[in-house]
Amino acid sequence: MGEVALEFDHVWKKFRKGEVHDSLRDLIPALTRSLLSHNDEQKLHEREFWALEDVSFQVKRGEAFGVIGANGAGKSTTLKLLSRILQPNRGTITTYGRLSALIEVGAGFHPDLTGRENVYLNGAILGMTRQEVARKFDEIVAFAGIGDFIDTPVKRYSSGMYARLGFSVAAHVDPAVLLVDEVLSVGDMQFQQKCLERMRGIVRQGVTVVFVSHNLQAVQMLCNRVLYLKGGQIASLGTTSEVLSEYLSKASASSASRYDTLIDKVILADAEGHPRAEFAPGDNATLRLTIFPSEPIQECLLGFLILRATDGMPVCDYNIPLRFAGPLTPDGRGPVSLAIDLDMNLLRGTYAVSLHIYHSQTARFLSRADRVANFFVNETISWQGVSHVNPRIHLRSPVPGAKES
Amino acid sequence: MREMANELVEYRHLLLMLTWRDIKLRYKQSVMGFLWAIFMPLLIVGAGILVRFAYSLSSSQQMSMTDLASVSLKSLPWAFFVSAIKFSTNSLVGNSNLVTKIYFPREVLPTAAVLASLFDAAIASSVIVVVLIFAKIGISIYVLWMPVLLLLTLIFTVAAALFLSCANLFFRDVKYLVDALLTFGIFFTPVFYEARMLGKWAPLVLLNPLGTLLEAMSDVVVRHHAPSYPWLLYAACWAIPGLLISWRIFERAEASFAELV
Repeated sequence: MGEVALEFDHVWKKFRKGEVHDSLRDLIPALTRSLLSHNDEQKLHEREFWALEDVSFQVKRGEAFGVIGANGAGKSTTLKLLSRILQPNRGTITTYGRLSALIEVGAGFHPDLTGRENVYLNGAILGMTRQEVARKFDEIVAFAGIGDFIDTPVKRYSSGMYARLGFSVAAHVDPAVLLVDEVLSVGDMQFQQKCLERMRGIVRQGVTVVFVSHNLQAVQMLCNRVLYLKGGQIASLGTTSEVLSEYLSKASASSASRYDTLIDKVILADAEGHPRAEFAPGDNATLRLTIFPSEPIQECLLGFLILRATDGMPVCDYNIPLRFAGPLTPDGRGPVSLAIDLDMNLLRGTYAVSLHIYHSQTARFLSRADRVANFFVNETISWQGVSHVNPRIHLRSPVPGAKES
Repeated sequence: MREMANELVEYRHLLLMLTWRDIKLRYKQSVMGFLWAIFMPLLIVGAGILVRFAYSLSSSQQMSMTDLASVSLKSLPWAFFVSAIKFSTNSLVGNSNLVTKIYFPREVLPTAAVLASLFDAAIASSVIVVVLIFAKIGISIYVLWMPVLLLLTLIFTVAAALFLSCANLFFRDVKYLVDALLTFGIFFTPVFYEARMLGKWAPLVLLNPLGTLLEAMSDVVVRHHAPSYPWLLYAACWAIPGLLISWRIFERAEASFAELV
């Protein structure tokens, strides 16, 4: 442990926009140009852009490392550089140990070959010997759930079967370092779950995994550390919870309100009143908010939602009447400050709070504020799930009801 | 050189699997299957015999069994060369999904294409052996040169395959150029005719290293005498340094394959 498995040292990679000269006719002007102007690999030329700019990170042995970011942020480029498919323009990349890259499920499958033939072929491409594949063959087929179709050409497979077989081969390679690019998006829910279990098993065996995904829930479940790329640069790098909540808050910050009534100054604080984003299961928290009403809101309901930010699953959704004994404000107008006390009976994950004000008589929303507060819960007691029911185990012996003989 | 060999040893499984894939794919969903491997050389032999027959009529020389044997013998390496170059030129572009998605030494792809064609040639060679026995041309000690000549042909083919597959990746024109050269190459290579039929112009067709090798094969198997050593040396100069140079070019260009394919 603690040993470095992969290292990116100030890596720059550029790509070209538009078409590259593809035929001899285009080559001659291109050659003259490059002869006249000294071609510098490290500088940008016309129509070129940096896909990665000065990216440095290290992945330790046995670590599960996630890479997230919007489309075009440089995630796949990073993976292709790690797997030596691409070469950097500047900087160095070092990898230690046998490396297996799964850039695309079923890459290297040939449509005319049968499932069996493709398993052997793909195994060889991914670095396995024939004997190794033969030994694991039954396991691979069983995992993919292909059954009798194994001797059918893969061009007759459904896309799900194709993807399942592809993942299955790659998941049985046993490398020291596994690079995976967005493969959990294949197959049905059940198979996705199976893939995730398999990936966890691989991580548990101490294999270093670099995992690129848009499935933040999967990243949350698998990874210890996460790299967040934005426009080819590192936006943030750190523990999964920190990076994910930063990523999620950035993603939601841009949504502007189109309602007259405003919900503002939403702050999540701990029991002592200090603003906080990280909680432990069972912690007490307070959500403070200010409403700027455009009309009287006494008749309204305050919608209070908590979502799991990584996949949008609702954790709870309350509609609380805004009816209080006294007036909301001393003069009955102006901004209203509220506080909601809550218990964080949640398990590990990244969560978001959404609020809205609903006028039930006219059945309309006076205001909506989506994902106005983000927080994450850290713990090591659970495997997955959302709800902290705090199970406690007791020994009850002798067994009640069992007769003493 | 050592690095090359090491890489080939390390990835021999992959090389064999890809060769096996290419062989399988070639005959998938075809009724005749491996018989197609014999078809192409037979067609060339047929054409060669027709040409020689026409020549014997016009020059009023009797067509001998030796001529027939020579044409048959030379048509096989030629058919191998044509199919190997045709398949390997397209091997990088045709497997772009592998080139852009998975890392492995890319030399494996054109080499596998050549080896798959070699497998075809091995099947067809059984037929040629039967023809040679039937033609009663006999055997001599010089036939021991044959392995050397075949090896040189293979090396030369691999060298050309590496260079052309790599060139085709950057410029798709190469494919058309190669197609044209292979179609008309049979006229510039002594397959249907013998180099000596050109008299003092013979060296002209022998400048083509493949022509030199084919003539040498005909010499040692059919005519029972030693090959011309200077010309053999000339062909070896094409094959061995040629392989080293084209491998070097290939390795240099390899880094940008995934971006430009």
